[in-house]
Amino acid sequence: MVKSTKTAVGIAALAAFALSTVAVTPVRADDGVTPTEIVIGGTDPFSGPASAYSSIGKGSAAYFQYVNDHGGVNGRKITYKNLDDSYSPPQTVQLTRQLVEDDKVFAIFGSLGTGPNTAIRPYLNQKGVPQLFIASGASKWGNEVAQYPWTIGWEPDYESEAVIYARNILKEKPNSKIAIIYQNDDFGNDYLRGLTRGLGSHASMIVKQASYEVTDPDVSSQIASLKASGADTLMIFATPKFAIQSMVATAQQGWKPQIYLSNVSISEAIMHAATKVGGADATNGIISTQFVKDPGDPKNANDPGYKLYKEIMDKYIPTGTLSDGNYLVGMAFAYTMVDVLQRCGKDVTRANVMKMADSLNEVNPFAYPGILVSTSATNHFPMTSAALVRYDNGRFIPTGALIDARAIIKAEK
Amino acid sequence: MHEFAQQIVSGLATGSIFASVALALVLIYRSMGVINFAQGEMAMFTTFIAWQLIQMGMPVWAAFATTIVIAFLGAVALERTVIRPVERASQLTVVIVTLGLLIVFNGLAGLFWGYVIKSFPSPFPSAPIDIAGVSFNSQDIGIIVVSLAALGLISLFFAKTKVGLAMRAAALYPDQSRVLGIRVSWMLALGWGLAAAVGAISGIMVAPVVFLDPNMMQGIVVYAFAGAVLGGIESPLGAVIGGLVLGVALNLLGAYVDFIGTDLRLPVAFLIIVVVLLVRPAGLLGRVHVKRV
Amino acid sequence: MKTNRLVLFGVVAIVIAIFPAFVPSYVSFEFTYVAAYAIAILGLIVLTGKNGQISLGHGAFLAIGGYTVAILATKAGVPFWIGIPLAGIVSGIIGIGIGLVALRLEGVYLALATFAMAVSVPSLLKRFTDLTGGSGGLVLDPVTPPSWLPIDSERFFYYVAWAIAGVLIVFTAVLLEGRVGRALRAIRDNEVAASSFGVNPYFYKTLAFSWSAVYAGIAGALAAIPTAFVSPDTYNFNLSVTVLIGAVLGGLESLWGALLGALVIEFLPLWAQKINAAAPSVVYGVALIAVMLTMPGGIAGGLIRLFHRREPKADARAVGPVVAVPVQHSSE
Repeated sequence: MVKSTKTAVGIAALAAFALSTVAVTPVRADDGVTPTEIVIGGTDPFSGPASAYSSIGKGSAAYFQYVNDHGGVNGRKITYKNLDDSYSPPQTVQLTRQLVEDDKVFAIFGSLGTGPNTAIRPYLNQKGVPQLFIASGASKWGNEVAQYPWTIGWEPDYESEAVIYARNILKEKPNSKIAIIYQNDDFGNDYLRGLTRGLGSHASMIVKQASYEVTDPDVSSQIASLKASGADTLMIFATPKFAIQSMVATAQQGWKPQIYLSNVSISEAIMHAATKVGGADATNGIISTQFVKDPGDPKNANDPGYKLYKEIMDKYIPTGTLSDGNYLVGMAFAYTMVDVLQRCGKDVTRANVMKMADSLNEVNPFAYPGILVSTSATNHFPMTSAALVRYDNGRFIPTGALIDARAIIKAEK
Repeated sequence: MHEFAQQIVSGLATGSIFASVALALVLIYRSMGVINFAQGEMAMFTTFIAWQLIQMGMPVWAAFATTIVIAFLGAVALERTVIRPVERASQLTVVIVTLGLLIVFNGLAGLFWGYVIKSFPSPFPSAPIDIAGVSFNSQDIGIIVVSLAALGLISLFFAKTKVGLAMRAAALYPDQSRVLGIRVSWMLALGWGLAAAVGAISGIMVAPVVFLDPNMMQGIVVYAFAGAVLGGIESPLGAVIGGLVLGVALNLLGAYVDFIGTDLRLPVAFLIIVVVLLVRPAGLLGRVHVKRV
Repeated sequence: MKTNRLVLFGVVAIVIAIFPAFVPSYVSFEFTYVAAYAIAILGLIVLTGKNGQISLGHGAFLAIGGYTVAILATKAGVPFWIGIPLAGIVSGIIGIGIGLVALRLEGVYLALATFAMAVSVPSLLKRFTDLTGGSGGLVLDPVTPPSWLPIDSERFFYYVAWAIAGVLIVFTAVLLEGRVGRALRAIRDNEVAASSFGVNPYFYKTLAFSWSAVYAGIAGALAAIPTAFVSPDTYNFNLSVTVLIGAVLGGLESLWGALLGALVIEFLPLWAQKINAAAPSVVYGVALIAVMLTMPGGIAGGLIRLFHRREPKADARAVGPVVAVPVQHSSE
C-alpha cells in the first residue's frame, strides 16, 4: 500500500514537471484594451499606516469617472482597478502580478509608495508593462530611467524640492545655521540628501538634524534639541501631523527661525490647524513650494482647474474634504494618464503609450500655473519646476519665478 | 541647562499621554488578569464618536460626557457578547480575541471616518505657558491633572466601595468569589466598561495633541504598556507614574545619548518592558507576588 | 489511523506537486507565500500550541530571515540556496537568546514583551543603514532557475518553497511524535510536574523558542526572495499579528493548521477586498473573533472534530485553560 503510494507520488511529480514546462504565454502588448474599454490597475494603501494617502487614488478614480461620463477616451471607458496593498511590498508584488496576469491590465498607474513601487519595478520593466505616474516623490524613478524605461513618476521629487530650498538659503541668507527635523524614512531621507546636495560645499551650514518616527506621539523633544543648537533656519521635512506639531512646538518654545516646509504639508487645513494652536507666529513667513493648485486658497476660486476639481469632488466624492490636497494631486495624475491615452489615438498599445508618456508637453489644469508636465525618453522627471511660495497671513504667496530644480542639479553634474 | 529643563517638561507632557492610556490598561488587567491589546483602538474609536457628535452640532462638553457613557455601555455590551464566551478559555484565546478587536476597531474607524487627520477640540484651554524659558501648554497640565483625578477616583473605588472590592475579588479569586455570591461575570463586564470609559477620557485628552486618525494610538499604546509595566501593571498609581517617568526618560535618552537618538525609542520601550519584567515584574509600585509551587 | 494520515498527506503532496500545471504562474507565485507562511506557522504551532508560550513578535524572526538572505545576496553574492538555511540558523541563534529571556516570562507577560519586540523591529532595521539599506531597503536579483530545468522562475521557486515546507513538516511531525514532543507538551500542561519527572523545562522551552525562530527565519527568507525586496515597512507589527492569527485560525493542535492558516492569511485579505476594498481588516478581525468563539481549535480543530466523532485527544486541550494566569500567583 505504502509502496504504491510512493510510486504514485513520484509519477505525479514527474508529470507535474513535464506539464509545467509548457511555456507561459508571454503577455500581449494590447492586454486590457477592447474597443470599448481600457483597463488599468494600481495599488494604494487603503488600510494600514499609510492610509492617509489613499485620497490620491480616490481622486484619480473620480477623474476617470468624470472622463467616462463625458464620452471616455476616444470612445473607450477607463476601468481603474485600485487594490489595497496596505503599503506592504510583498502584497504590492502579488497584487500587481494579479493585475497584470489575471485582470490583464493595460498599464499600472498611480501605485503609491516608494517601497512598493521599487518592489514591482523590475517585474513590470521585464514584462514591458508601463509603470505610469507613480505616486511617490523619490528621485530614483527619474534617475534610473536608463535601467527602467517603462517607469515614470509625476510629482517633483523631494530631492529637487530640497535643492530649491538650499538655493534659496544660499541666496537669501548665506550665513544661516540650519536645523532639520525629518521623518525617518525614504521621504525624509530624500529631502535630507537633496538639501545636503543643494548646499554643496556649504553643507556645514547644517548644525543639527533630528529625526522622528511616525510612531512618536509628538516632536517637542526634537524641536527642543534643534532649538538648543542655536540654528536660525529650520527645515521641516515632515508629513501633515508632524508638520503641525513642529510648527506649534517651535512657536511655543519661543523660537523664531526661518522655516522651510515640505510641500506635502501645506494644505490650507494644515496651516490653519497650526495657526489655531500655535498662533500666527507659528506659520507666518513659512517658505515652501507648490506644483499644484491649492484647493484651499480663495484666490483659486475662479480658476477653471479649481472649478473642475470642485465639480468632480461634488459629484463623485461628496463626502471628501475639499481642502485635502491629495484628491487634487490624484486628479492631476489622472489627467496626464488620460492625455497620454488620448494621444495614442487608434494605436492603443503599451509601446505607444510609453512613447506618448515619453513625449509629454502638457498643460495640466490642476498644476500650478506655468508649470508644464514634460518628458522625453531620457527625462522621466515629468515635473521639475515648482513655485517658491511664502505663507502670509493665511495664504501662500508666490515669491518669484518658477524654479527648475532638475536643471540646477543637471548643471552641477 | 535650559534645554535640559525643556526636555524634562516636554517629557512630562508626552508622558502624561502615556499615563492616561496606561491607566485604562491597568484597569482591565486588574479586573481580568489579561492585557487588552485593543485598549488603544477602543479609545481611538470612542474619540471618533465624540468627534462625530461634535460635528453633528452637540456642544463639546456634552459630547465628551455622552461619549464616556457610550464607551462604558458599549464596552460592557462588548464584554457580554464577545469576551464572555472566552472568559474561561486560555490566555491565548483571550489575547487573540483582543487582537481581533484591535483589528476590527481600527478598520471600522477607517471605514467610517477615513484616514485624513482631523483636528480635535481640546477640553482644556490651550494657552502656552512659559516659565523661565521653559515652555509647555496648559493642555499638558490638564492631561496630568485629569489623569491624577481619574487615578484618585479609581483607587478610591477599588479600595473603599463594595463594588470595587467585589471586582478585585472576582479578578483574583474567581471561584471563591462565586461561592460568596459575587457575579464574577458581571464584575468583568464592569471592569471593561470602566476601562473603556477611562480610555475614552484619555483619547479625548490626547487627540488634540496627536490629532485624530485611526492610527493615532498605535505608537502610544506601546509606550503606555511600557509605562504600565514600569510603574507596576497592577497599580493605577504605578501606571501614571510609569508613564510620566517613561516620557521623561525617552526624551532625555533621545536628546543626550547619541547612540539611542530619536529613532530608537521603541526599542528602548521594549527593553524597559523586558528588563522590568525580568528583574522586578511588579514594577516600581506593584506588589511582589510569590509564586506558590 | 496513521495510514489515513499518511494517505491524506500523500494526496495533498500530489495536489501541491501538480498544482502549478493547472494555474497561471502568478497563482503559483501566491502559493509560494503560502508555503512560507505555513513554515512560520509551523514554528508557532510548536512554540505556542505544543509548548504553551505566546509570542506576538515572530515577525522579528521573519525580518531576520528576510534580511539575512538579502544582505548575503546583495553584499556577498551568496546564492539563495545557501542563504535560506543561513537565514534559519541566524534566526535560530537569536531565538535562543530571546528564548532564554522568555524563560522568565509567562503567559500574558511574554505576550506583552514579544509585542513590544515586534513593534521595535522597523526602528532597528532602519538604524543600521549600512547593513540593511535603511529605510530604502534592499533590492534582490530575481530568482533564476537553473538552465537545465525548463521551468519559469515563479514555478521553480514554488517547488523550492514547498519542498522545504514538506521536509520541515515531516521533520516536525516526527519530532513531535517522539520524546521531544512529549516533553514539550508535558511542560505546557504542567511545568512543575514535568520537571519532577526529569524533563528539563529550561532546555525544552528554549529549544521550542529557537526552533520556532529557525522556521520563521526560513519563512522570512522564502517570502523575501520572490518579492525580491526587503524593507523595514514589511516587518511591522501587523506581520507578527498576521502570523499568529494564521496559527490560531488554522489551529494550534494539528500540523494541518499550518497549511490551513497559511491559506487563510494569504487569501482572506484578497477576498475581503472584493467585499469592500476599503476595509479588509474589518472582515479579517470579525472572522478572527468568530472563529475563536465558535472553534477555539481553529479550522483544523473543527475539521478534526468533524471527522473524528469521538473523544478528542489530550492535545485538544492545547487551547484549554492551562496557560499560566499570572494573577493567581499570589501569596495568601
